[in-house]
Amino acid sequence: MTKTAQTPLVEIKDLSIAFGGIKAVDNASLDLFPGEVVAILGHNGAGKSTLIKILSGAYKRDSGQIYVNGEQADINNPRDAKKFGIETIYQTLAVADNVDAAANLYLGREILTSIGTLDDAAMEAEARKVMGRLNPNFQRFKEPVAKLSGGQRQSVAIARAILFNAKILIMDEPTAALGPQETEQVGQLIQQLKKDGIGIFLISHDIHDVFDLADRVAVMKNGQMVGHARTEDVTKDEVLGMIILGKCPSGATPGPGAMQNA
Amino acid sequence: MNTNTQKHGAAKAENEGWFTRFLRATEIDARLLGMIAALVLIWIGFHLYGQIVNGFGAFLTPRNLWNLSVQTASIGVMATGMVLVIVTRHIDLSVGSILGFCAMSMAILQVWILPEILGLGHPTIWIITVIFGLLVGTLIGAFHGYLIAYLGIPAFIVTLGGLLVWRGAAFLLARGETISPVDATFKHLGGGPYGAVGATGSWIVGIIACIGVIALLVTGRRQRKRFQFPQRPMWAEVFLGVAGCGLIVGFVALVNAYYWPKGIVRQYAEANNIDTPINEIFISHGFAIPVLIMLGVGVAMTFLTTRTRFGRYVFAIGGNPEAAELAGINTRWVTVKIFALMGFLSGLAAVIASARLNSATNNLGQLDELYVIAAAVIGGTSFAGGIGTIYGAILGALVMQSLQTGMVLIGFDAAIQQIVVGSVLVGAVWIDTVYRRRAK
Repeated sequence: MTKTAQTPLVEIKDLSIAFGGIKAVDNASLDLFPGEVVAILGHNGAGKSTLIKILSGAYKRDSGQIYVNGEQADINNPRDAKKFGIETIYQTLAVADNVDAAANLYLGREILTSIGTLDDAAMEAEARKVMGRLNPNFQRFKEPVAKLSGGQRQSVAIARAILFNAKILIMDEPTAALGPQETEQVGQLIQQLKKDGIGIFLISHDIHDVFDLADRVAVMKNGQMVGHARTEDVTKDEVLGMIILGKCPSGATPGPGAMQNA
Repeated sequence: MNTNTQKHGAAKAENEGWFTRFLRATEIDARLLGMIAALVLIWIGFHLYGQIVNGFGAFLTPRNLWNLSVQTASIGVMATGMVLVIVTRHIDLSVGSILGFCAMSMAILQVWILPEILGLGHPTIWIITVIFGLLVGTLIGAFHGYLIAYLGIPAFIVTLGGLLVWRGAAFLLARGETISPVDATFKHLGGGPYGAVGATGSWIVGIIACIGVIALLVTGRRQRKRFQFPQRPMWAEVFLGVAGCGLIVGFVALVNAYYWPKGIVRQYAEANNIDTPINEIFISHGFAIPVLIMLGVGVAMTFLTTRTRFGRYVFAIGGNPEAAELAGINTRWVTVKIFALMGFLSGLAAVIASARLNSATNNLGQLDELYVIAAAVIGGTSFAGGIGTIYGAILGALVMQSLQTGMVLIGFDAAIQQIVVGSVLVGAVWIDTVYRRRAK
């Protein structure tokens, strides 16, 4: 770790959660700095999605601490996480299919008129602004989200997070549902967010999706942290070795899940 | 991909007929038109059948339509709440029993308890009774909601239990007795000649409604202009305004065309020392109070579902419960509120039903849950969740009640009525499924 002088945006310490005797996440620790992109890699079932769901409040941890800006954060549900500026874009594209894009962007934090009713016109106008920056082709504001393509739904989900001034953005398989052009767009978007000082966790089981976007990779295996490394210090093949074998290369900082005889 | 769909859309716009263009311009839901068409067909069908087979078409008369509106009120009120329940992928089988229990507890309060304390016919009796009934309904509903949301018991089971529990509890309250008559003012909430607002009152209601329709159109247009959104063409706005006000005026004229029966007029004339011969006095019923209650509930619930946060959350939960939870919505608390609201509306329906009967019987509201669910479903509420409208549910209740009334008028017996109503329910949902599949 070279950036120790700065306070991390998020610091996860010794986080554990078990489902029916299986330790889905076992003493995992990880940190994230402002303007940094950290890719969390691992096979399906390695515990990366579970780890992130604890951070976003979807699951409740069994033990361990989460610090946001150096202060201990008590995150027990998604509302708590949002209070700390943690926004999540889920793999399953968590949008409400039957309401329109503007309603989805503001779900949970609607703009109200002076008499306390929904101000749909204002929400739609704001939605048009944000979507115009993100995906200028997007025009279908009035239609239920169910009728949109995967990429359009993804851009709704991302716009949703940006709209609420996320400090920490978690993206679970952000490009899995997208075509090449839309993947490119998401890449540009991530560069833009980095400039704004937002910290981003990218979660993927495919190293090629995220290696070029990330500043740092963290690898998980069987619920444990194998280790993390700056992307310029390791090669893709070395990271693959971490994912598959749990073998930590010399350029990486080993964690509790690293192969002991390596 | 995007340009592709746009091209496709443009091609469609050129090919579409005047009717599709009309629907697009006025933004009228095609389903709504379909339901109104079905309703008109049912009405004309029963009227013609009566005229041809029995020699007397009794359906399209002011008297029958007025009664139809009163009979729809209780089911219609509950159906608006059932929409929210079904939209969030739950079900409430207990509304009929909650209605029975509320009616029984209100009857005991206003017939056995309050006259002892306040004296018979005290003017506040009906107010205390109504508030108490609504409170009981709300508490029962909230309790069901708590069991469903926080203890994780499926709504089907909780309310199936409620169906039995509250029916039994209603029996225990009065040991199965029928309590009658209810308070004299309370009785008016169920309709009847004295439970209607009269000709002038109806015109006032009608004019207020017309102003409301026009105000909605104007503010809607202004709002769209403010944010530079596409507007409806002017002719469409005018058409909506004229059609809306025309319907309201027509409805007022209809309820005013139904005069008090001679017997009531004679009583009234004697009581007020009027010397005019009975045959020359025509007193209009006007809107019945239960109908006004139903319309008020319809407007309030439409407002609640489309213009408030709560309504938005209900539909979001129905569309994707997980997404709603992850978006930070307290889905459990919303569920409790939905069931509490359903209980409140059941209590309100209990007021209407027991006032109309002038008594509370142990089986009041039996099988109502099925009619309420059927009304909501015929009105386009989808069991898959996330889809449903309040006006649809009220129209659905009207369709159900029209079928029943119509069959009584032309002399079908109860067995055939059940067969027809059941078949219509299944048929309506089938048509709806086909429509939705095509719309995709």
